[in-house]
Amino acid sequence: MLRHSRWQRLNLSAERRAELALGAVSVAVLAFVVAMLVTVFVKAWPSFAHNGYIKWFFPGGDVDQQIKAIVNSPPDPAHYVYHLRAWPLLWDTALTTGIAVVLGLVLSVLSAIFIVEFAPQSMKRILEPVVRLLAAVPSVIFGLIGILLVVPWINQHLISQGRKLSVSYVVQLNGAGLLVASLILMVMIVPIMVAITVNALSAVPNSWTEGSAALGVNRWRTMWRVSVRTARPAIIAGAVLATARALGEAIMLALVGGSRSFPVNLLDGRTALFEPVRPLAATIITYKDNLSVVPLSQTLYAMAAVVLVSTAALSLAAWSVKQPLKRYGIRT
Amino acid sequence: MIHTPMGPAAPSPRPLPSPTASPSRPARQSTGHGQDSISSWPLMDRVGYLLCWAAGLLLCALAAGIVLVMFVKGISYLRPGLLLEHPSASQSQSGSGGFLDPIEGTLLLTAIGIALAAPIGVAVAVWLSEYRRPAALAQAVESGIEMIAGAPSVVLAFFGLLIFARPSLAFLSQTSAGGAVYGRSFFAAGAMMSLLALPLVVSATREGLAQIPAHMREASYALGKTRATTIRRVLLPSIRPSIASGTTLGMGRIIGDTAIVVILLGASLHLEGAGGTPGLSTLRGTGSTLTSYVFENSPAGEGNAPEKAYAAAFVLLMMVLALNMVVTRLSSGKPRWLAGLTGPMLWRWMPWRD
Amino acid sequence: MGPPPVRRIVVEREPTVVAPPPSNGRPAPLPDAPMGAKVTERMRIENVSLAYGDRWVVRDVTLPVREGEVLALIGASGSGKTTLLRSLNRLTEVTAGATRAGRVTLDGQEISDLEVTALRRRISMVFQQPNPFPMSVFENVAYALREERRGGRDEEHRGGWRGRRRAGRKELEPAVVEALQRAGLYEEVKADLNHPALRLSGGQQQRLCIARALAANPEVLLLDEPCSALDPISTATIEQLISRLRESVAIVIVTHNLQQAFRVADHVAFMHLGELVEYGSSDQVFDNPRQQRTREYISGAFG
Repeated sequence: MLRHSRWQRLNLSAERRAELALGAVSVAVLAFVVAMLVTVFVKAWPSFAHNGYIKWFFPGGDVDQQIKAIVNSPPDPAHYVYHLRAWPLLWDTALTTGIAVVLGLVLSVLSAIFIVEFAPQSMKRILEPVVRLLAAVPSVIFGLIGILLVVPWINQHLISQGRKLSVSYVVQLNGAGLLVASLILMVMIVPIMVAITVNALSAVPNSWTEGSAALGVNRWRTMWRVSVRTARPAIIAGAVLATARALGEAIMLALVGGSRSFPVNLLDGRTALFEPVRPLAATIITYKDNLSVVPLSQTLYAMAAVVLVSTAALSLAAWSVKQPLKRYGIRT
Repeated sequence: MIHTPMGPAAPSPRPLPSPTASPSRPARQSTGHGQDSISSWPLMDRVGYLLCWAAGLLLCALAAGIVLVMFVKGISYLRPGLLLEHPSASQSQSGSGGFLDPIEGTLLLTAIGIALAAPIGVAVAVWLSEYRRPAALAQAVESGIEMIAGAPSVVLAFFGLLIFARPSLAFLSQTSAGGAVYGRSFFAAGAMMSLLALPLVVSATREGLAQIPAHMREASYALGKTRATTIRRVLLPSIRPSIASGTTLGMGRIIGDTAIVVILLGASLHLEGAGGTPGLSTLRGTGSTLTSYVFENSPAGEGNAPEKAYAAAFVLLMMVLALNMVVTRLSSGKPRWLAGLTGPMLWRWMPWRD
Repeated sequence: MGPPPVRRIVVEREPTVVAPPPSNGRPAPLPDAPMGAKVTERMRIENVSLAYGDRWVVRDVTLPVREGEVLALIGASGSGKTTLLRSLNRLTEVTAGATRAGRVTLDGQEISDLEVTALRRRISMVFQQPNPFPMSVFENVAYALREERRGGRDEEHRGGWRGRRRAGRKELEPAVVEALQRAGLYEEVKADLNHPALRLSGGQQQRLCIARALAANPEVLLLDEPCSALDPISTATIEQLISRLRESVAIVIVTHNLQQAFRVADHVAFMHLGELVEYGSSDQVFDNPRQQRTREYISGAFG
């Protein structure tokens, strides 16, 4: 009763109250996101600050040893160890993500064209649950299959003894590494790209594809020059979303990346494919048990902040992708 | 005199074609897509066509391969007893018990996560679709949701740790003997898990709302109903399948996530309650889920019991497949391919369709 | 109720107008070519019936299509005129379950025996709604040209196994400009060939579509109610354009605007419920229709 009268005094109708309540929930979600950004950065700041900000991202030394030193820092806050040069982790992140996204883009565009244009009805019916399934398989299962089946297979069949010996003075090759990590990562991000591309391709107006057919252009070229071209912003947006997902993937990469942080050396040629990788997110998972060590937790928060900023930046980048559509007079 | 335009050699009038008795065959039946035969294409185009087939078949092969491997391995290592035994710490694979606790943990965590995500998600979606005033705030909320959708679960887990390790929130998680707050509990993990499901619920609900024709709303307003009543009585009931589909997809995400569990739930073998109150103690306590069990029993984890990992992963995959079938059923007949999978703001990328 | 009674096609012409096509080369021009233009028969539609699934939408139509003149198909909605038009370059086949009986020939060759992309380059089509592609004006016109240069109908254009000989912009420019000039659009757009085509006005877009169709030098141009989405001024421009084009290309236009048919067409075919009711020169059909139903339609009794 009291509450009722108070509302009345505020002169709020039921209508207005509903709007305010729903709005409040939405704003709370927004506030939560902002809080997340701010606190993660505050927590991460000491790690950046002690390493001279930009130098945090530079190459220099073995990350695993640096982290070990951080874990073993003395309990006195004045003597915390923070030294870290995270370049190997960043490089591995970029490499795995880049390979996975590029390969995934090719695979997803081809299969989306297949689904939209060329697949017989029966195949089309099969492919929807197939893609849905690939999207739903938990990353830990991908990792498990990777480490128990794919890694031993690669170790036995693809890496020759000579190749192992050639780099044995820097790194042990056991099958876990760049190749298997990027391939499995690609399988994990392909479904979302396929789904977005399929929807975009089938949303291309019929009049354009029909107009192309009426000019005597075959279906493949019509698909390629009209549909894919029109759907390009959506395809890129899909790739961007997929990149964000790949950047944040931790569990699978912690399983199949090999157990040490090693900057893959592209100069090794094909051997580089088998060298171990450990991207940022996977590193966070690897050291999750030492979170009670303050400087280490701050270091890990710094890594989390880098991942968070990259994914947020990708979201922003995706926004600008739709600009070309405006150029063609299509209102967004 | 009667002529056809063709001139004197007029063919004698023929019977009209009738739908049942086929007329002057050979009639040319088109096969739907039979506009141009692939054999007439330049070689380059034919290569592309074959690559398309290869890509489609590759996807099928990958899915079939994963399911097959998990079935073979899972069935060969899974004993019914495993589902009912508590796990125990042991060096040997045979002595480490079953995974009853992880299964319970998965179910509990999913329940908590979805119980939080569904109402919040629907509320946000309704506000974004039906009210969105002020517009700038709505835009900001939209990007916020998008950011949550893009944020890796490792980062969400870390943020959760920061929140729940605050002394003021100690009642939600475990506290060490010395009074330090760990910030690890079912409640903490569930709250962060709900963020994984939130964008999916929001986008599915918004998509449902967008498909309700304007005249349905107008009809309700015409009867003198307020907007709030219209939403509650007309809109929400009619998009129940969309909400259900978003919720199910969200459950799939929660069940499959590992990072939040290993960081925020503590990944202890048993469900360990904290504090005396039954029920509440479990929520405050730590535990494990199938995903963390698989992770810890993989060669990378501490348990290193691959057979157990396979068996647990098989159970996990079965749960995911079951949810998948629910989603497929719920979203059948949707105009959009893989409705719900494509992320919260997909419609933005296809502005030309409207 | 049985099938409708058999209807014969009645025609005003002298029996000897069209000679059967000589076995070699093109058919001879008509002796009584109207308007001084050279009139040659290019296509024949012989006893054509079309069906979607079990539903017959065109029944037993016989018509000539001649270069040097405009043939207009008129009739009420649902008379099958658009379907008939679309069957001429086999666009009906895009629809599943579409069936055709009878013969359609281009220069004596059955169109089903021709490769369909090659056929559609020879028989081009412009649609009811202007549908320029989301590219620049130049790229729109060059679209078909680029395709033709890679694996078109001429063997020498098939550039190697890749079927691709990338035609540079310089190389395509004359053809693009010529097509735009033929479509009467060049003067208006020559300054912004690189602007997006979707920014043009509706009438300009439709003329761009005509230019795009003309760029590959088709022999027959099919127009499916090209002005129905346009304002009167754009319509007049396009009608003038059609009158000019008839010299160089055979034109079939579908319209339900009778005045338009009268203005642009040399011959008119009136279709009703899938049947060809009357075919004749436009003067004859409009001034002196022979069939009761034609008279009723033209006087506005239905349709």
